[in-house]
Amino acid sequence: MEYKNVLTTCVYCGCGCGVYFEVLDGEIVGTLPVKEHPISRGSLCIKGWNVPAFVNHPERLKTPLIRREDGLGVATWDEALGLIAEKLGAIRDESGPDSVGFLASAKCTNEENYLLQKLSRAVVKTNNVDHCARL
Amino acid sequence: MTENTIKELRAHVAEKLKELDGVVALRRTTEGTAPHLFQDGDDLAQLVMEPRYPLASVVSLLQKRFPKARFGIVARGCDSRALVEMAKREQIDPDRLYLLGVACTAGEAQECYCADPAPDTEQWPAAEVIGEPVEGAPPNPMVAEYEQMSLEERRAFWRQQFLKCIKCYGCRDICPECFCEACSLEDPLWVERGVLAPDFPMFHLIRAMHMASRCVACRQCELTCPAHIPLTVLYDLLRQDVGKILGYDPGADLEVAPPISLSLEDAPIKAKIV
Repeated sequence: MEYKNVLTTCVYCGCGCGVYFEVLDGEIVGTLPVKEHPISRGSLCIKGWNVPAFVNHPERLKTPLIRREDGLGVATWDEALGLIAEKLGAIRDESGPDSVGFLASAKCTNEENYLLQKLSRAVVKTNNVDHCARL
Repeated sequence: MTENTIKELRAHVAEKLKELDGVVALRRTTEGTAPHLFQDGDDLAQLVMEPRYPLASVVSLLQKRFPKARFGIVARGCDSRALVEMAKREQIDPDRLYLLGVACTAGEAQECYCADPAPDTEQWPAAEVIGEPVEGAPPNPMVAEYEQMSLEERRAFWRQQFLKCIKCYGCRDICPECFCEACSLEDPLWVERGVLAPDFPMFHLIRAMHMASRCVACRQCELTCPAHIPLTVLYDLLRQDVGKILGYDPGADLEVAPPISLSLEDAPIKAKIV
């Protein structure tokens, strides 16, 4: 028998609101705002209140999928990243670096988004970097 | 809350944990402060009284999940009143609950404009109160100001307030008395999806009507509202009317049945307590 609240940060945008997940015997059963949080100060928007909805969602993607002739199929991360690198490299070589773009995500950390633009600018050599809010 | 009251409270909780399966209270760690189920052997130096969370909802969750367990709750006056209304709607079982009541200080009562700042232990099967109960604080002056307004001014006042609403549903989500299985505020018949601000005045009045005879003035809705809508003014006025017209004081008496029942067959409340 264990009930506790686990502190986390809302992943839905860059504000970084504080959220508690109510955890009962290892299962997320609810959300509470963090009243002492310096940014959100005990408030959340509708996305923040529902942030754990995807955690145990039956349609949540847990592995990469690759679309082949017979439809989407389960792939390993190595296979998926290898395919992306191969295709991106081929497009860049054929049509130039500005023929591709990179979309960063508010669900990632600053550091992860920094790495994405680094990949875009330093490796692929394009400044086509934007974020998911303009997708 | 004075340091002495909290020390006394921690000692009482330690004592009660020997016989109960756990006590619901606030726990402060390096991560922050949140509701927690304290169990025998836990560090009670982490038990605190601020900031306030709807602890009654946690009791309901735990009692439903563990139908044989006996829990305690560290309850202020508002928590106790919330539990009373939940018990009447079969969301908690008073016979499996020990109420460790704490009397709010005069300052805390003033902060909430609370009329009833200490739990009434008389009505609970097993309860005590720690700290010296103080007199209730005078009501929110905004209520008297509102009552001086004409009908037109009142409409303009609420129109301006509700225009700020971002439909986060936080007022509903944090409310210990909001436990309907199907919420009218999610029914497209009443509330159009994807439209801001919500339809005036339906959205907030639907919730207000459902809160009549349930709202125990815990202020959780107002405190969590990102738009700073003075929701307690609305609910104070509502409670006034429920008192005047129906002679009912929500949270006051476990034995008095609520005058309004919204447990219609097509709008069932959540699974009842076992």
